[in-house]
Amino acid sequence: MTGAVLLHVALGAPLAGTVGLALVPRRIGERRAPITGVVASGVALAALLAVVVLADKDDGGRAQFVTDAAWAPAVDLRWHLGVTGLSLPFAVLTALLVFCCCLYTVRVRPEAGRLRAFIALVLLLEVGMLGTFLALDLLLFFLFFEVVLVPMWFLVAWWGDPHDRPGRTAAATTFILYTLLGSALMLVGFLVVHAHTGTFDMIELADRAGAGLSGGVQFVAALAIVGGLAVKVPVWPLHTWLPDAHAKAPTVGSVLLAGVLLKMGSYGLVRVAVPIVPDGVARLAPVLGGLAVVGIVYGALACLAQRDLKRLVAYSSVGHMGFVVLGVATLTPAGLNGSVYAGLAHGLITGLLFFLAGAIKDRHGTSDFDQLGGGLYARLPRLGALLTFGAVASLGLPGLAGFWGDLLALFGAFRPADLLDRPYFLALLAVALAGLVLTAWYLLATVRRVCQGDDTIGPSLPVLGDVTRLEAVSWGPLVALTLVLGVWPGLVLSLVDPAVQALLGGGGS
Amino acid sequence: MTGTAQGVDWFTVAPTVLVTATALLVLVADLWLPRRAAGVLTAISVTGTSAALVVVALLWGDARATFCVGGDGALESCSYVVNQLTLVFQAVVLAGTIVVLLLAHAEIGTGEPDRLPGGETGFLVLASATGALVLAAARDLATVVVALEVVSLPAFALVGLRRRSARGAEAALTFFLVSVVSVAVMVYGVGLVYGATGSLHLDRVAGALGDPSNRTAVATAGVVLTLVGLAFKVGAVPFHFWVPDTYAGAPVVVAAYLSVVSKAAGIVGIVVVVGQGFPSYADVWAPAIAVVAVATMTFGNVAALRQRGAVRLLAWSSIAQSGYMLVPLGVASTGVSGGRFGDALSAVVAYVCVYAVVNLAAFGVVAVVSRHRPSGSIEDYRGLAYTEPASAAALGFGLLALAGLPPGVAGLWAKVVVIDSAVSGGAGWLAVAVAVNTVIALAYYLRWAALLFAAPLPGRPAVSYDVPAVSGMAVGLALAAGVVFSVLPQFVLGLADASSGLLG
Repeated sequence: MTGAVLLHVALGAPLAGTVGLALVPRRIGERRAPITGVVASGVALAALLAVVVLADKDDGGRAQFVTDAAWAPAVDLRWHLGVTGLSLPFAVLTALLVFCCCLYTVRVRPEAGRLRAFIALVLLLEVGMLGTFLALDLLLFFLFFEVVLVPMWFLVAWWGDPHDRPGRTAAATTFILYTLLGSALMLVGFLVVHAHTGTFDMIELADRAGAGLSGGVQFVAALAIVGGLAVKVPVWPLHTWLPDAHAKAPTVGSVLLAGVLLKMGSYGLVRVAVPIVPDGVARLAPVLGGLAVVGIVYGALACLAQRDLKRLVAYSSVGHMGFVVLGVATLTPAGLNGSVYAGLAHGLITGLLFFLAGAIKDRHGTSDFDQLGGGLYARLPRLGALLTFGAVASLGLPGLAGFWGDLLALFGAFRPADLLDRPYFLALLAVALAGLVLTAWYLLATVRRVCQGDDTIGPSLPVLGDVTRLEAVSWGPLVALTLVLGVWPGLVLSLVDPAVQALLGGGGS
Repeated sequence: MTGTAQGVDWFTVAPTVLVTATALLVLVADLWLPRRAAGVLTAISVTGTSAALVVVALLWGDARATFCVGGDGALESCSYVVNQLTLVFQAVVLAGTIVVLLLAHAEIGTGEPDRLPGGETGFLVLASATGALVLAAARDLATVVVALEVVSLPAFALVGLRRRSARGAEAALTFFLVSVVSVAVMVYGVGLVYGATGSLHLDRVAGALGDPSNRTAVATAGVVLTLVGLAFKVGAVPFHFWVPDTYAGAPVVVAAYLSVVSKAAGIVGIVVVVGQGFPSYADVWAPAIAVVAVATMTFGNVAALRQRGAVRLLAWSSIAQSGYMLVPLGVASTGVSGGRFGDALSAVVAYVCVYAVVNLAAFGVVAVVSRHRPSGSIEDYRGLAYTEPASAAALGFGLLALAGLPPGVAGLWAKVVVIDSAVSGGAGWLAVAVAVNTVIALAYYLRWAALLFAAPLPGRPAVSYDVPAVSGMAVGLALAAGVVFSVLPQFVLGLADASSGLLG
């Protein structure tokens, strides 16, 4: 009971923040916006941490703290919320990243101003993101999935790159149209499932594991659902909306886009597609795996060609999400665990990298490599050190969070589910390994190019100084968790693994 | 209900009678009232319409029928049937009319050239609404045709009501000519159906058409031509071209009326005629409607992408929306007699209700703004949120709901219902077509919605004015209903429960 209330608090606090900011007079709103954001997202984070404490951690496979009430029986819509070992880590990650973003905004104001609207939209975004992870009803999942679109459009289109007004609007519009197409297709898939099973209940559908759905229906439904989610993830070649959206977004927007929005896609693959239409997904898995490794290599090669730090981090997401999708495509517990873990790690690390890229851009007025020159260590040593930390975490250095997810995904590919073609997945594994080498190459090259060498800008820089105290506070949790998840993967995997086993039908393969 | 053949159950027809009486009262009152007493006229018309709405609420429950023939052993056929379907559409018509009357209040002022004449406006709107009310209850083809004409004739005058407006006159003429032609085609179709079946009552027509030996080319042509007339009314492609010119030339409140009340009348006409009259020809009309639906939404959306004028954009958008409304009927072929047609109907009803509300919210704000910025470009709305936050919120909500995206959640449910009807009807291609179209549509809805909140351009301050209280009330009503439909979707989605025998 308490847990269910806490989940509603986690959803309600940001919503109340949004509504409150929208209703108060502009003058008060502008002044109080950052603190409102910190409080609302802080309450949500605290509520979810309390849920973590209260939850039965030995039973991650079961949905806990469930609320289930009819909302609109005419369309079989239910207000059905709860957490599982799978959704809880994503929900906490979301709340943490939003909290960090709000904290960051207290000091580092977006250049375009209009703080009230900015924070209100970030909080509305949080409602949609958290709701997506907490929903246990497909239609509710879809509703929350859609909630994020409009706020993110505004964040990118208004507070995005101040030097490129048409560019940022175009990037935002590309983002929203692509994702809407994806989610509309996903809805069609959900409705196909409903037409043949008569329920939107994600728990019940997962328990049935596709029973009652013929092979053809499963294939069609899986095509729509996986295809729709693949836009969100994004899976190569549907990624074309991503680089511009990430690069043009304001720092906070990039952090949440990469950190959470992409995870909504991969979470959907694991939580919705794999358990509900297993046979359909199995037929798509080879294609999905193939596209995933193409994405890994493509992302790495694209990164090598980038001339801009923010774009580089953006493209690196394509590669990292490739590992996330490869894990799903193996349809094994190891692969799915790896997918989830890689997703969480990517959320932390890429979130941090976007914060750093934003900080560098704010300080230099550019994130172009040529204009930045080298010598970040000499100029801003702490920022340089953090960038190096983020880069090595991102390339999957053992002992940091990025390592385990990639490893598990590759392990899954080494021994894919029985019904999949093993030699094919071994080939994918080989390509993915090559991609990993390329990833290390471009990240280290970036560190060398930006951090080392002579300081070519020097004292002429309109200095904000090195990492400020507030920046340290808002980035600190990300750094700490990257370390913790790196040395203690069991912390999260003990929650995720039972959930994944349950979704794969207990035994797995 | 009625024992004798031609007895009239006055309670059943009370909403129609009330509105008719109010229309006449307004016309007469206008003659006796002093020139500046426009408020009294609006008060009379809104009170009468509201009373009719109350009667509709009282009628909720059992189906009732009047103007019947036959009976006493023979097959009894009624021309005027009031059941849930009728009442839902009558409620939409009445509520829409109330909002339009309230919006029109700020426009009326007798004697001034750029204003609408009070008495005539109220009278014409109410007279046209009478036709829409009858259409929702009509169950024979003659009544359908007459009701459709009653909707249209006052509307021609309404479109050209603004004096000394060349555009208005041209719009009225376009509308008139197109409408006359469409009704002529429809009457021709009705004639063919009558010739093939020997009856005008829809239930008897259905019985006769159901006989396989009666399945002739004449009857088929009759079915198709009858539907053509109704397709004009809802602005379905390829019979849509009058819509943008007419809406843009008409006073904005009249465009609002056409896009909601008149369109709802057309939709209910199609539903009743195909569902009651031609169920056995579903294999003819359902695929045709499906194709028309896809063409309508696609063409409407693509054309709307290029619009820069507010009313023209809403006109094309309303064409596209007609396409979504027709989708459920396009998959009704698999079993009109069974539950599937009921499902299709409840989807149509839900969509029309949501569309009516959110479209009125949008049109309401446009009506207010266009009075101050006659150019009517969507650029006029830049920065509206700074000067008129409530209006901007209403318009923004309306546009996003038309797009079907949160925060316009009501529109999202409507889209879900329509796509669901396509999926459960086995027409996946139709569902995908709707999905793709929502993406196209979002581009223009969002562009406009974003302008509302954009910073005003230097040197061109945002529109600032006092929203007339009555207009504010109208928009507020529509917005409130939209929010209620978002939070409590069951209220509108469950209105027409498929099991309750919608066609009575």
